[in-house]
Amino acid sequence: MTVAANPEQMLFASTAQAFLEKEASLHKVREIHSTGGSFDARWWQRAAELGWAGLLVPEELGGGSVSGDSIADLAMLAEQAGRTVAPGPLHPVSVVLAGLVEAAQHHEGLIESLVSGETVASWAVYEPGAPFSPLTPSLTATATDGGYRLDGVKDRVESGDAAGVLLVTAALDGVPRQFVVPTDTAGVGIATQRSLDMVRHYARVTFDGVEVGADAVVGTAEQTAHIIERQRQVALVLQCAETVGILDAVLAMTNQWLLDRHSFGRPLASYQALKHRFADMKLWFEAARATTAGAAEAVGARSPQAAKLVSVAKAYVGERAPVMLQDCVQLHGGIGVTWEHDLHLYLRRAAQNRAMFGSPEDHHRVIFDLSRKVPA
Amino acid sequence: MTDTALSTHTDESVADFAVRARTWLAENMPPIDPDNPPFMVRAEQQSWDRAKALQRTLHAGGFAGICFPREYGGLGLDMAYQKAFNAECRAYEMPLILNTPSFTICAATILDVGSEEQKRTRISAAIRGDEILCQLLSEPSGGSDLAGVITRADRVGDKWIINGAKTWSTSAFAADYGLMLARTDWNVPKHEGLTMFLVPLNAPGITMRRITEVNGNEEFCEEFFDGLELGDDAVVGAVNDGWTVASRQLHHERRAVGGGSEFASGTGAENASEMPPDHVGLAEATGQGGDARIQDLAGRALARRIVKEQLIEHVSRCIANGSLPPNAGTLIRLFHAETTELEIDTALAIAGTAAVVDDDNALLDIGIRYLSRQTGSLGGGSSEMARNVIGERVLGFPREPAADRGVPFNQVRRNKT
Repeated sequence: MTVAANPEQMLFASTAQAFLEKEASLHKVREIHSTGGSFDARWWQRAAELGWAGLLVPEELGGGSVSGDSIADLAMLAEQAGRTVAPGPLHPVSVVLAGLVEAAQHHEGLIESLVSGETVASWAVYEPGAPFSPLTPSLTATATDGGYRLDGVKDRVESGDAAGVLLVTAALDGVPRQFVVPTDTAGVGIATQRSLDMVRHYARVTFDGVEVGADAVVGTAEQTAHIIERQRQVALVLQCAETVGILDAVLAMTNQWLLDRHSFGRPLASYQALKHRFADMKLWFEAARATTAGAAEAVGARSPQAAKLVSVAKAYVGERAPVMLQDCVQLHGGIGVTWEHDLHLYLRRAAQNRAMFGSPEDHHRVIFDLSRKVPA
Repeated sequence: MTDTALSTHTDESVADFAVRARTWLAENMPPIDPDNPPFMVRAEQQSWDRAKALQRTLHAGGFAGICFPREYGGLGLDMAYQKAFNAECRAYEMPLILNTPSFTICAATILDVGSEEQKRTRISAAIRGDEILCQLLSEPSGGSDLAGVITRADRVGDKWIINGAKTWSTSAFAADYGLMLARTDWNVPKHEGLTMFLVPLNAPGITMRRITEVNGNEEFCEEFFDGLELGDDAVVGAVNDGWTVASRQLHHERRAVGGGSEFASGTGAENASEMPPDHVGLAEATGQGGDARIQDLAGRALARRIVKEQLIEHVSRCIANGSLPPNAGTLIRLFHAETTELEIDTALAIAGTAAVVDDDNALLDIGIRYLSRQTGSLGGGSSEMARNVIGERVLGFPREPAADRGVPFNQVRRNKT
């Protein structure tokens, strides 16, 4: 994270920052939105050339991290991306790679193609009408002569319209498994879902007798729950890190506004009522940074505490961030609720992140369960 | 300054020191269960007698005042030795209530700015377990505006005559000496006319009484000074430079509260009321362990407690590497207060009627604790003052207008009587 970065990490971060400022500015986000797009495939390939998609991938599979702590590097990148609510499939591609590298056999080609940015992949884990519960898919996989047949529906698949490959959770003989499915396979139907975010697209994906080969499965039945847990942890850390980047940018913007804006002959920042509100936000921001760093560290070290600490981070960041964003809108006054002002670009992504991969309330219950001395 | 304590006067490695401490502790200190420690009730004199006895044992064994200089009765070792000792002594009964304010604030400040005589007498007596030190700062006239104290010290011949009152003095009833801030010049702005005195609390002219809090606690005291006589040897630092001394106390207090003082020995919680409520146990004891709404409530409080620990580590690291200013320690103070409020409210909500009508669950303590919920948001400076510090000293926003800035203190408007 931003704290205690080594020189390689700092160079990586500054390169990423320069690239994002030039190629993924707020202006660019608005431009992409106005064309109804999500991101430019060539742009993502250039980002991949900077090493963005290879961080979680071991060197022998074509990847490599800057510091040796790939989760920390990736979280730093997600935080940078949050500062301009950047477009692009960093999140879905990273989550899929987090799973694939745990059981890479037969998937080396896909990993290489994801690292190069040539292919985009996404985790098809949510199902219509159901909350995030990755270990209990309704979509079924049935063993066939040459492999498996998938039947069912997924939704809220990020970048589903741009993905060449999906990593699909499915129940095989009642046990959760994951399958790699190219989106051009016969029987796969993709329909775009509108979202609150300016450029982040989601899709509902139907699987109607979709046939895949025996090699499409990722990991064994025994491995799968651990692999899915790893993906969940990476998904949550990156989401929290992105939100921390959002908060950093929005607080900087609001801080400047309070100093520049004068009423009754005084800067807004001189009013104690507003100063105290901003002091609270500074406190919550540092706490959000701290808990996200704590989660990233635990996931990076594969600590037994990681499952709990990602839920703690998501619960805290997910609860606080939208409240802070709306507070910043309030401190800006009327301009804050206009289309013209950039605040809503951040508010949209923060609200999106609060809801996806478990709400704060869901994670509170997870923390409660993990804190029992005797499991219920 | 405290740098004097950083010089190492030993050839013994930290590891060897730890091994020697381990052996000595096993032979000399009472063992406890570190996960279920006995708590000393700070309001009771017998706790302090017990703490003094334990301190005397530590001193006799050569493990007292680890980071205080040798010439004042300590061991003159750096913080690594104290940390090693803290790790070794977890499973033994330690005189934890002597840490704050006696060692971490008062002795540390005397070491910074006291006279040679004060250092030799008071610090060494505290390390030997013979004396306890306290602070006499807040006054009935106001809490947050410390530099506005109106207890007066008037020069009469070669004596100082003290008249006034102090309040909220932590464990003063058990103390032997107190650092007392008084006004010695009323014709200059408030910070410039203060002097710190080291007061023997058994002197004639002092009346002390306990303050009874809503939860029945009687740890804090108030003191009335009626013609108390002190000599020049009681002045700490320079006459009219008392604010410098008080600032050192506040500095040491912030460090101690954050767990960062090298002058604290042992790290356990001092008393049961510092322990966070067991929200999971409470939910289960009241038959609500399977209730999704209660799980949400309790999980939120559990998450906040973990975030607090993460914030303490994060802020300490950021202050050390310069990415946050030293005043950012106030972030920890405010988050601690807010977390305590949430934890107590959550316990009250889960306990339901059992917190207000005693039943078989014996949970009335949760209700009693709720009554004094605000103490964490008031003690050592209110949360509102903390927000001012964050706004002005961390974020750099314009300071609050102060009607007393640069004004001679005798022209400053005070409370209506």
